[in-house]
Formats: sequence, structure tokens, C-alpha cells
Amino acid sequence: MNSALLEVRDVRVYYSSVRGEYKVVDGVSFDVQRNEVLGLAGESGCGKSTLVEGLLRLVVPPGYIKSGEAISDELTKDVSNNCDLLSLTDEEFRQIRWKNISYIPQGSMNSLNPVMKVEDQIMDAILTHSDMSRQEAKERVAELLNAVGLPAGVAGLYPHEMSGGMKQRAIIAAAIALKPKLIIADEPTTALDVSIQRMILQTLKRVRQAIGATIIIVTHDMPVHAQLADRLVIMYAGKVVEIGSIRHLFDDPLHPYSQGLIATIPSITKQRRRLQGILGMAPSPLEWPPGCRFYPRCLSVTEVCKQEEPALREIKPGRFVACHLHR
Amino acid sequence: MDATPLLEVSNLSKVYVTGRGLVGRGEIRAVDNVSFTLPGDKPTLVTMVGESGSGKTTIARMILGLTPPTAGTIHYKGRDIWTMNQQEWAQYRRHVQAVFQDPYGTYNPFYKIDRVLELPIRKFGLASSREQARELANEALRAVELRPDDIWGRYSHQLSGGERQRIMLARLYLLRPQLIIADEPVSMIDVSLRAAFLNILLNFEQEYGMSCLFITHDLATGYYLGGQIIILCQGRIVEMGSMDAAVHNPKHPYTQLLVASVPPPDPKERWQEDFDLKLSELRRSPELAKGCVYRDRCPVIGEKCSDVPPTMVTVEENHQVACHLYV
Repeated sequence: MNSALLEVRDVRVYYSSVRGEYKVVDGVSFDVQRNEVLGLAGESGCGKSTLVEGLLRLVVPPGYIKSGEAISDELTKDVSNNCDLLSLTDEEFRQIRWKNISYIPQGSMNSLNPVMKVEDQIMDAILTHSDMSRQEAKERVAELLNAVGLPAGVAGLYPHEMSGGMKQRAIIAAAIALKPKLIIADEPTTALDVSIQRMILQTLKRVRQAIGATIIIVTHDMPVHAQLADRLVIMYAGKVVEIGSIRHLFDDPLHPYSQGLIATIPSITKQRRRLQGILGMAPSPLEWPPGCRFYPRCLSVTEVCKQEEPALREIKPGRFVACHLHR
Repeated sequence: MDATPLLEVSNLSKVYVTGRGLVGRGEIRAVDNVSFTLPGDKPTLVTMVGESGSGKTTIARMILGLTPPTAGTIHYKGRDIWTMNQQEWAQYRRHVQAVFQDPYGTYNPFYKIDRVLELPIRKFGLASSREQARELANEALRAVELRPDDIWGRYSHQLSGGERQRIMLARLYLLRPQLIIADEPVSMIDVSLRAAFLNILLNFEQEYGMSCLFITHDLATGYYLGGQIIILCQGRIVEMGSMDAAVHNPKHPYTQLLVASVPPPDPKERWQEDFDLKLSELRRSPELAKGCVYRDRCPVIGEKCSDVPPTMVTVEENHQVACHLYV
């Protein structure tokens, strides 16, 4: 089987308000290959978190999924003939959640239940989403803690007795409890101390090898992508602007936005030089600019950019870019 | 040449007493015997790096006079800030200005941005007429690379995080403080906009002679600024000196850990070996304070480390470390 694990097609997630519709995710398409780590990058407000919330059916009113499909045979075949994640019934989706797709939300280490031991919280998830017995589930928890590098004694701790790094690893243990095929992690290293970040990145790498899962990692932190991702999807203003292998994207970014994003990463090993940053600010999802959404901040802007929205095109095998400079 | 230091922090400590009753009385040494100086003869940029709970914000608050220290002194141009008379204190409040982390929380949402700029001009009598005031404010906005027309008449929620933080800098431009205390000023703004903020701080130092104590958890950001560095661990300074010396030739095992934890932003330089991080077993306690505070995580712990707190020794010019390895 060579087809992708998940095909995201023209997904739109909007929020309605009295001022109009916020088109936060506005026509996003990409494939997720089997067993890859796919990075989703972009700055705050680009729609990356909203997109994964859409894929996980977690968008709540006033937000709604306007249109689009997320096709996966493998993730849906146990529960339905319908292979579109976005149009499964709620009950069907509930059955694949955690078992086939698990989610590590942003800041989730702070959402552990303070009055339950870690072991009981992970067991809860296992017992709800599988038919393991209590004894099996208990053994599974011990395996999981070991897999994320936590000592067995952590099972009996309450969240307040654990450091941020330990809590985050417990969350990862819970996410992999049922050997999901797809793990979606939203900013798993943000708000952790740097030394702990490195530990979490190691844990994610290890977990991926251990259970062979596909991972979508969402973060604005480009060095994290450089360390972990196989391929990168870069979003700007609710759209995908570029897709490519991590090597290609870092060595030779094509879209001016990707170029800016990569040029502004500070480094402690390279020669110190003045960074310029990207001028201006991101537009509002209430009213995207006409034409290319990046044109007001782009240094290579031409007349056509202001009128015509560039489509995402595959310009070389595996390299997609939405920019009039590359046709 | 003025040999009196601009700021001299001597043996500064802040101890919080916790828990009475069942848990027993404990104390947390948030800041423990910290000493450092900023020279008075030339503007200096000092970056203070520490992980969460290292006491960096507490130090900033004590320097700003917002939190009284438990022990130790802070001298500004030779005067103890806690024994200043009213007039000196007013001067101090003008000469030492703060920029905080949250670009949303520092503004009153009911007032236009205009007020943030007009207030200091009026309060400190910087202009003699309305026109002159407006001209001065425009100059300040241009100094932080904002277009005055984009700013006047707007409310704080209509600006991006990066713009809000730069308006705080425009205020500083008007006031020309001698010392800026910047506590995590870029952690909430997007990477592409950070460079602009940091470049302004560099300009302020070079062109207007403003010194800055820049507090961050992010070593890469600090490295970009250059200058001097102070590394805090659990309320104590473990290493300080020139930024380049500390980052390229880190001496303290904790600094070595911090440097090794910054992900290289290049997919060709992925971390290969797994890095075994000990989880801290000792909670912050009087017990821990007896010796080196890093000993429970240190890979090269010796005999003295649990009993004697290491003193600061000079390892090379402008590079000091507090570790028993170098005594």
C-alpha cells in the first residue's frame, strides 16, 4: 500500500460572529504519509491548531467545519464504510478516538485531574476505549511509563507531585496507550524548560520507533521541527504556503514567508548576525487580503500577487508551493 | 569615567516561608545570595537566563522595588534603593524602566494607545506644547519602526503583540532610562517579529547608552543580544561572564546542560545520542540549599557538593563559575 494514511482536502473551519465569518482555516490540503512525522508550522493565528481541532472533530460553536474532507481508510475501517473523518457520525468518531487517533492538546500537562493518581487516569482512558481488563490495563500502564522513560513509581503519584516534564511524559504515555496509528501533538514542548524540551523530543522519537505510529506535530518552534519532522507543512493566514521535506525546506525554502521564517531562527552555533524578521503583521481572518495573503508583507511582491491568489502547486516531486514566483 | 557601578546587587536573597501546621514550616529560597554589577562607565546588556522557578522574575521585581528583599542590598549609582528619599526614588523610577512579558496585560483596554505615549511626556514635562508633544511621540514611534499613522487613535486590542511590545519601547525612547529591566519581553511574540524588538534594544544600547537587564528562559534569544550573561539555577548564580565565553565554553554542568538543550535549527544537525537527564529528586528545600543546588541532577557530583555551597571563582577573564570542579 502506497497511498497516504490521511488525505486532507480543502478543509475550511470558520467561526461565525456578529462581525462576520472568521475564516481561520480556509482551504487546506495535504497528505499524511504512513509512519512519517509531519510538522505543521506557522505563527500564531495561522490556523494550525484550529486545523487539527477540525480533523479531530473538536471544533465547538461558534466554530464549525465549513467544508472539506479528511479521507483515511485505515483509520476508519473498523467503524464505518465512510472513510471521511469529517463526516463520520459522532458515535463512530468516538470509537476511533484514542484507539486509532490520539491527541496531545496544547498545555495538556496542566489538564491532568489533580485528585486522581496518574495510573488511574491512564487506566481510565484504556478502559473506556478498549476491552482490556483492569489487570491488563494496570500492566499496560507500567509498560507505558517505562516506554516514556518514567520510573514505575510515578504510577502512584498525583499530578502536583510531578514536574512539568514528568506530567508531559505521562500525557504522552496516555496518548500511546492503545497504540494509535496517528498521534497529533499540539505544541508538545512549548512552556517547558529547555532541558525538559529535549527530553520530550527524545521521548517522542522513541515512542514513534516503539509503536510505529504516524505523528503530526504542530508547533511554531522551527528548531523542534528541524529535530523531529520528516516533512513540513507551512501555513500562513489559513492556507498552506509550502510543503516539502524538512531538508529541502530548511536548505532551500521557496515561499518568501518560509524564507523569512527560517531566516529569523536564532542560533547559538552560527556566527552572530543581525536578523531582520518579517515586516508588518499577519492579516485578520475576518478579511484576508485579496490575491496572495502574504503580499502586504512580501519583499518580492508583484502586481499579479495583489489580484490573483496563487494555487498550491507541486513544482518538483514532493515540493509544493503557493507563490506566483514559482509557476 | 564614572567608576561607581550603575547597578550593584549584593548578596540578595528572598525567602518565602511556606506551610504551617501539618506539613510543617518550610522555606523556599527563591533567590539565594545573588550578587552582580552593571558597570557605570559604559552601557551594558546583561542577559539573565534561568528555567522556571530559578528566581529570575523575583530578582527583577526586587530591583524594580516591587518586592522587598529578605536580605542583601541593591545600589543604584551608589545609593541603596531601599533607603532613598522621595526625590531620589522619583529619579530612580524614571531612570529604571520595565518591560514585562505580557504585551496584553500592560495596557488599559479603555484608553487609546495615544495615552501611553502622551502620559510620560506630560508627566515628565518633556514637551512645551501639544504640537511638540505629538512630534516627540512620532519620533519615538519611528524609532521603534512603527508608522505613527497606524498607531494614533487605536486601542491596544487592535495591535499585534509585537506592536504592543514595541510601543513599550517607544515609551522608553521618550524617557531615555539608564537601565531597562526587560522580563521575558519576547516570549509571547512571534519569532518573525522578535528580531525587530531585539534590534531596537541593541540600538538603544549603542545609540542612546541605555543599559539593559534582559531576563529570559531562552538561551538562543540571549545569545543573539550578546553582551554579558548570568545563569541562574534554583535561585543562585551558577555561572556568569561574557555571553560568548559562557555559551561556547560553558563550565558549570548546568550551563553545559542548557547549551546542549538548545535544538540546533538544522535538520542536518539532529541530536544523535540520547541524553540521560536525571529527574530532580530533591524538592527545593533547606536540605538542598546546604550544598550545590544542582547536585541532584549533576552528572559529576563530588563529595563536597552535598555539604558546601560552591563559591564563585574566576576561570578566565570575564568568566566566573560557582562549581566545586573549578576550585
